[in-house]
Amino acid sequence: MSMAPARKYVSARIKRVEDPPLLMGKARYLSDITLGGMLTVGFVRSPHAHARIVRIDARAALAMPGVEAVLTGEQVRAFTQPIRAEMSGASYRSTDWAALAWPKARFVGEPVAAVVASDRYRVEDALDAVVVEYEPLPPVVDAEAAMTADAPRLHEQHPDNIIIQARYDNGETDRAFADAAITLRTTFRHGRCTSAPMEGRGVVASWDAADGTLTVWASTQAPHFTRAGLAAALDLPESRIRVIAPAIGGGFGPKMHVYPEDVTVCALARRLGRPVKWLEDRRENLLTSAQAREFVAQAEVAADRDGTILAFRATFICDVGAYSVYPTTAALEPMTAAGIMPGPYRLRGYSYEAYGVATNKCPTGAYRGVGMAFATFVRERLVDMVAAACAVDPADVRRRSFFAQKDTPYTTASGIIVDSADPAGSLASVLDAAGYDGLRAEQRAAGNGRLRRGIGLCAYTEFTGMGSGTFRRRGMTQVSGYDAATVRVEPTGEVRAFLSAASQGQGHATTFAQVLADELGVPLAAVTIIEGDTERCPHGSGSFASRSMVVSGGALILAARKVRDKTLTIAAHMLEAAATDLVIDDGRIAVRGMASRAVTLADVARLAYRPASGTLPPGVDPALEATHHYDPPPATFSNGTHLAVVDVDIETGEVRIVRYVVGEDCGTMVNPMIVEGQLHGAVAQGIGNALYERIVHDDGGQPLTTSFMDYLLPTTMELPSVEVVHSETPPPGSVSGFKGMAEGGTIGAASAVANAVADALAPLGVEVRELPLAPDVLHRLIARAARDGTRA
Amino acid sequence: MKQRAIRVTVNGRTHERTVEVRRTLADFLRDDLDLTGTHLGCEHGVCGACTIVVNGEAVRSCLMFAAQVDGAELLTVEGLADGERLHPIQEAFWEHHGLQCGFCTPGFLMTLYCFLREQPDPTESEIREAISGNLCRCTGYQNIVTAARAAAGSLRAGAS
Ligand code: FES
Ligand code: FES
Repeated sequence: MSMAPARKYVSARIKRVEDPPLLMGKARYLSDITLGGMLTVGFVRSPHAHARIVRIDARAALAMPGVEAVLTGEQVRAFTQPIRAEMSGASYRSTDWAALAWPKARFVGEPVAAVVASDRYRVEDALDAVVVEYEPLPPVVDAEAAMTADAPRLHEQHPDNIIIQARYDNGETDRAFADAAITLRTTFRHGRCTSAPMEGRGVVASWDAADGTLTVWASTQAPHFTRAGLAAALDLPESRIRVIAPAIGGGFGPKMHVYPEDVTVCALARRLGRPVKWLEDRRENLLTSAQAREFVAQAEVAADRDGTILAFRATFICDVGAYSVYPTTAALEPMTAAGIMPGPYRLRGYSYEAYGVATNKCPTGAYRGVGMAFATFVRERLVDMVAAACAVDPADVRRRSFFAQKDTPYTTASGIIVDSADPAGSLASVLDAAGYDGLRAEQRAAGNGRLRRGIGLCAYTEFTGMGSGTFRRRGMTQVSGYDAATVRVEPTGEVRAFLSAASQGQGHATTFAQVLADELGVPLAAVTIIEGDTERCPHGSGSFASRSMVVSGGALILAARKVRDKTLTIAAHMLEAAATDLVIDDGRIAVRGMASRAVTLADVARLAYRPASGTLPPGVDPALEATHHYDPPPATFSNGTHLAVVDVDIETGEVRIVRYVVGEDCGTMVNPMIVEGQLHGAVAQGIGNALYERIVHDDGGQPLTTSFMDYLLPTTMELPSVEVVHSETPPPGSVSGFKGMAEGGTIGAASAVANAVADALAPLGVEVRELPLAPDVLHRLIARAARDGTRA
Repeated sequence: MKQRAIRVTVNGRTHERTVEVRRTLADFLRDDLDLTGTHLGCEHGVCGACTIVVNGEAVRSCLMFAAQVDGAELLTVEGLADGERLHPIQEAFWEHHGLQCGFCTPGFLMTLYCFLREQPDPTESEIREAISGNLCRCTGYQNIVTAARAAAGSLRAGAS
C-alpha cells in the first residue's frame, strides 16, 4: 500500500460545504417532498394507555370530501407483519408491534386507524369523524409496579412484563464491600425525556406497479435498517425497496428506529397505487417518537477512608414502554447503562442486575447518551457522596480512583475494554482551564444568601464506533454493525464517495470530504459526498451511537486507499516510473523531485475508463472505483470531564449556570469547529435533561406534556457559553485515529449540573438523587430538607 | 369551506390566490407558493422555525392565516440572499457554524433580520433575548449568538 499524502484538510476548521442551500431555504427536507397525485395520511390514536379496541366505525369519515380511505388494525394485519425486534439470549421476550393496533392499544398515542385524504386539512377533519369504541383495561405506568406478580400484563404471550433481564458480578464485589471503610447506598431516579429534533419523523412512499418496487423517503438515521424493517413488515424482498433519506432536521437517536406509521404509510402506497405522505406533528412527536432515560437504580458504593472508590453494586430498572424497538431492542438502555457504569474508574468489584420492563407508555429507544447518561449520573453522584463522607475534594477522589492511561487498553470491572483514555489528564486540563482553586475560593466568598454557588464535576467514558462484535455480544442480531463506502473517480476526474452513513446535521458532507480529499491527495472542492440512499450507497448501518466518523470514516479511508493504489499503479505506467517514486498532491501525481514529470488524476481517470486511448498496465482492470465494507473493532472510547458552576436560587428553585468547561478527548478531530458545535449542542441537551425536560404522565398513563409549552427545551436564556479544552489520545491500531464524540456532551452535562446543584445545596441538607432538577423539584427538596432539619 | 381571494407580495413577487380562510400562512407559503424554506417545528407558536417578515415585522407564520396577509409585503428566507450572494446574516451563520441540521435556521435568520435593523449594535445579552423565542435542538445557540454578533458588525460596516 502506498503512503498516504500529508493530511491537509483533516484537523482544519473548514466551513461546511452543505450550508449554502440550508441557509437559503433550498434544502429539501421530508416535508418538502411532493409527488404527483400524492395523498396525505393521518392517524387516529389511542386516547387510552391500555384498551381493547371493540369496533371502529369509519363510515362518516369515508363520506367526507377528499377522503380516499380509512384503514384499521384489523384490516392492515392481513397484509403486514408486526415489527419484531429480535435478540439472542434466553431472557429476552420479543414484542409484536402492529402497523395499527389490534386487538388492543398499549399506550396513549398508539396508532389505531389511518385516514387518507387529499390534503392535511381534510385528513384532520376526517380523523375526528372516525368513531372508535374502546374497552379500557387497567394500565401499568410504573416500571417497579409492572414487575409485581399481579401487575396487568401488556403482552399476554409472556408470563410477566420483564422484557429483558441480566445479572453480572466480576467475582470481587462482595469482598470489596466487606473490606471497605465506607459504604453508601441510595436510590436514584431519572424522568422520561425525548430527543425532540426540530423536525419530526415523516415518510413519503410511492409504489411502482410496473416493476413492483417501493420507493420510500424517510426522515431516518439508518436507511438500510429502515429498508430491512419495512421489508420484513411488508413481506417484500429488500431489493424491492429503496429508502432515501433527504435533508434531515435532527435525529439524536429515535430516527434510527422503524415505527408502525412507517409500515402503514408504505402499505397504503402499495394498496392505493398512489404516493402517500405522513408528517409527524409536534404533538405526535411528544406522544410517540421513542423516548428515553426513565430509570430507577438502587446503587451502592464501597470506598477506602481516603475516598478511593473500590466497588459498585447496582440494580437498574428501566421503563422501556410498551414495545421493544427495532432493531436495537428494549435491551439497549438498561444494558448500556449497566455496562458503562464503571466509567473511567479502576474498580475491584462491580455487580449489577438490569431490567427492562414494559409499561403502558411510549416505547423508549436510542437517544443521545443512551443508558450512559443515567449510569454516569448514578456513578458520579455516588463518587461525590463518597467525597463528602470522607471530607475529600471531589477532584481528589476522582484523581485517585481513575485507571491510568498507561494501563490502557483497560478492561473495566464490567468486562468492557476501554481501548485508550487519559482520565486524569482530562480532569487536570479542565481544573486548570477553569481555575478550580479560584472557583472554590469564590464559592466560599459567595456565602449563604438566597443564591447558593455550587461546583460540579463529572468524568465519563463514551462508547463509540461500535462494530459487529459489540452487537453480537449484546445479542442485537438485527444490527449490522459495519459500514461501507464506495469511492469513485469519474471519467472526468471528479471524486464522489457513497456512504452508508446518514447525516442529520453532523456535517458529513464536509468531514468525509476532508478525509477523502486527504487520502486521495485532491482538492476538497473536487470531492462530493453522497449518503442516504439504499440504491446508490453500499449496505451498512447508518448514523447513530457516535459511529459515523469511526466506522463510515474507516470504510471511506480503506476504499480510498484502494483507489489511490490503483491510481498510482496506472500513473506509474503512464510516467514510466515506479509507483513508490510517485507523490500525489492537489490532484497531480508527480515523480518525486521532478514536478514536471506528472499526470493529473483526470488523466489517469481518462485512461482508466477509456483504455483504448492508451494502455493500462498489465493485469489492471479498467475503471477507477472501490468499495470497502468495514467492520471495526468492538468499540473505541472517547472520554471527558465536565465542570459546571451554578447558582441556585433557594427561594424559586431556579438554577443558573455561571460557567461551563468541557475537556473532550475524541482522538484526532477531523474538524474542530464541528466537534465544538456537536459539544455545544450535546451539552445543551444534557442541561435540558438535567433541569427542564420531563415527559409527565398522570396515574392512568395519560401524557401531560404534549406541546413545547409543557415539554421545555432550553432556550438562549438558560444555556451558558461552553468553554472547550481539547486533547487527543489516539486509539491504538485504528485505521483513522478518530473516535466518536456526539454523545459525550450530553452524558457529562446532566451529571456535572446535578453535582453542582448538590454541592450548592449540601449545606441545606438537600440530597440530589433524581433528574430533572426542575424548579418545582428543587423547591420540594429544599422544603423537605428544611422540614427534616427542623425536626432533627 | 369559506374561501377568500388574496393578493400578496412575497420576496418582491406578487401572487393572487384564492385560499380557504382556515389555511395557515405557513401552509400557504409552503404548499401553494412552493416556498418550502419556511419550516414548521411545532405549529403552536413556540419554536419560531416558521418566522417570516410581514410588513417589516417578524411573525410566526404558523399562527397566522393566509387570509390575514391580503395586501401585505412578505419576506421569507428565500428572499434573503441576492441571487447566489448570501445576506451578511447568512454569511455569518456559515462562517461561525451557526447551523447544524438547518431546520431551525430560517426562523433564526428572519428573526435576526428584523432585530438587527432595530438594534444594529446589540450586546450579547440583547441578542440572546432577541432570539429567546426560537428553539434550536442542535447548536446550544452558542455559535448562533456568535454569528449574530458578527452579522451585526458586518451590517454596520456595510451601512457606513
Ligand atoms: S412552527 Fe410556528 S412557532 Fe413553531
Ligand atoms: S440547527 Fe438543527 S435545530 Fe437548529
